[in-house]
Amino acid sequence: LFRRKIDDEVYEELEDALLAADIGVATTQFLLERIQKEARKQKLTTADQLMPVLRQLIVDILHAHSCEPSYAQSGPTVVLVVGVNGVGKTTTIGKMANYYRAQGKKVLLAAGDTFRAAAIEQLVIWGQRTGVEVIRQNLGSDAAAVIYDALSAARSRKADILLCDTAGRLQNKAHLMAELEKIYRVIAREIPDAPHEVLLVLDATTGQNAIVQAKLFKEIAKVSGIVLTKLDGTAKGGVIIAINQELQLPVKWIGIGEHKDDLQPFSPDDFARALFPDDALQTESRDPDDK
Amino acid sequence: MFDTLTSRLQGAFQKLRGKGRLSEDDVKEALREIRRALLEADVNHVVAKEFIERIRERAVGQEILQSLSAAQQVVKIVNDELTDLMGGAQAKLARAAKPPTVILLVGLQGAGKTTAAAKLARHLKASEHRRPLLVAADIYRPAAISQLQVLGEQIGVQVFTLGDQVNPREIALRALDEARRGGFDYVLIDTAGRLHIDETLMQELQDIEKSVNPDEILLVVDAMTGQDAVNVASHFREQLSLTGIIMTKLDGDTRGGAALTVRHVTGCPIKFVGIGEKVDALEPFYPDRMASRILGM
Ligand SMILES: Nc1nc2c(ncn2[C@@H]2O[C@H](COP(=O)(O)OP(=O)(O)OP(=O)(O)O)[C@@H](O)[C@H]2O)c(=O)[nH]1
Ligand SMILES: Nc1nc2c(ncn2[C@@H]2O[C@H](COP(=O)(O)OP(=O)(O)OP(=O)(O)O)[C@@H](O)[C@H]2O)c(=O)[nH]1
Ligand SMILES: [K+]
Ligand SMILES: [Mg+2]
Ligand SMILES: [Mg+2]
Repeated sequence: LFRRKIDDEVYEELEDALLAADIGVATTQFLLERIQKEARKQKLTTADQLMPVLRQLIVDILHAHSCEPSYAQSGPTVVLVVGVNGVGKTTTIGKMANYYRAQGKKVLLAAGDTFRAAAIEQLVIWGQRTGVEVIRQNLGSDAAAVIYDALSAARSRKADILLCDTAGRLQNKAHLMAELEKIYRVIAREIPDAPHEVLLVLDATTGQNAIVQAKLFKEIAKVSGIVLTKLDGTAKGGVIIAINQELQLPVKWIGIGEHKDDLQPFSPDDFARALFPDDALQTESRDPDDK
Repeated sequence: MFDTLTSRLQGAFQKLRGKGRLSEDDVKEALREIRRALLEADVNHVVAKEFIERIRERAVGQEILQSLSAAQQVVKIVNDELTDLMGGAQAKLARAAKPPTVILLVGLQGAGKTTAAAKLARHLKASEHRRPLLVAADIYRPAAISQLQVLGEQIGVQVFTLGDQVNPREIALRALDEARRGGFDYVLIDTAGRLHIDETLMQELQDIEKSVNPDEILLVVDAMTGQDAVNVASHFREQLSLTGIIMTKLDGDTRGGAALTVRHVTGCPIKFVGIGEKVDALEPFYPDRMASRILGM
């Protein structure tokens, strides 16, 4: 195999690959500078040698904070799930219910999206699929009141995990963000160390706007981790690298489909390898038989 | 949050003072800034590259009246070119010579198809005094049918369903019969969200297309989509005879560069934009507004 030598063209291609993965201009620039420095330091000569170095740079960023889910010391663990419209919040809750049920935990769901048409029904179907009870009120009722009910139910029924669904909301809508803040306050007031986890669901197909989403949801609802969904498509979700760097928000879970078992704990190594496999910069082969 | 492109270009053009024309080098510097603006707006990087080439051709040798306004002049060129690419005149919804007009909505999961179907139905009913029929052809997503029914009730539009045990092609065909019998003049078919690489589900859409021969096949695209928009658009375009685009969630603060990508890849006009969750939050598409938005102006 003829190994491609490192030259300007290689770095140009690498830049394209970084941009194509939604890593963004600033983080792409940062990674390019770092890798060029490393290449000089380690005296690398061929393009394929760049891949492990690049992956390590990415893993270092993604690993800076723990990707492990957080749990309550005692009593029910309360997980609040937030995000913009259509990213996969309700589905993720269904999958998490399945995950924890499989571990023998007692799970409860709270139908905190009282706004979107048939959102409650959607969660109820997930409850049936996973054999989990859903605390709910009617369409149009106060979301914080539903969550309040669910917190009491979780305590009285000695649930291990309470997963709270919320309506999709765009981060620039002040009144909807205020409603979310209220939900957060209710949880924090009822159970002092709760919510134990606030998960921001990000759709992997989302571009640079995900950074603004993470910033504002973190401010309002103290997001503690990210769920990156729809990684079963062709989108790479590279924007989470910038989010990790700028906002110190680790990814905790990934969604890889629409079925109940299409949820996995996040692995920085697997993520980096999916972004930049060894053959990411195609090596030019001088002679196909010359192996 | 972003510097405006104009002020960045002013920076790039500082050294231009006193010169009358833009040289290759001046243009190069400006193009770098323009590229950055496009990438930050999520325009696909390949599409951005091609766009930059067009600008280069137009910008080199341009008369610059006063170097102080060079930045504005370049921004104007970029803005005009972008508006052009986005599709000059406003594109209307197709109308079949013999009713009913059949409209198929397709796209990725969560893009906003079901909401857009209801918005279009409401628009046709309220603004054009038509009789639309909504068709529930998403048999997969939990509660997809009742979501459409709730929306149909809100806007007073009938929803056709055969439940979730009949295949979508059959549902579409029977809905068309129903529309003809019932004197409906539009049939709006809501389909399940699917990945462009899901062969089975893409085949399902092709089967529907073959059976009911839609007058419009609208690709519904989330305005927040990043670089992947190019893959999504090209796969959907290859497998279906797309006729238009609906961009959703433009009430957010995304710059919406995917609009340029999708427009470029499919060659289809963007016909409507979604600007909210409610059934009346639908607007026609204005290319010039979209161009300014992408450039952050
Ligand atoms: N391919 C794929 N689809 C997903 C994944 N997660 C969710 N979806 C689909 O995305 C669509 C939206 O999912 P929901 O769970 O309803 O999203 P949401 O964030 O609750 O949406 P709203 O409540 O309307 O804001 C549905 O069609 C889901 O089946 C995933 O990991 N992969
Ligand atoms: N803010 C805003 N939200 C929108 C807009 N269009 C749709 N939504 C929301 O986006 C989410 C997804 O919309 P749906 O219409 O269910 O999307 P879909 O494409 O039918 O989803 P699937 O059937 O799961 O593939 C819902 O929460 C909608 O209320 C829009 O223009 N603006
Ligand atoms: K989406
Ligand atoms: Mg939901
Ligand atoms: Mg739908």
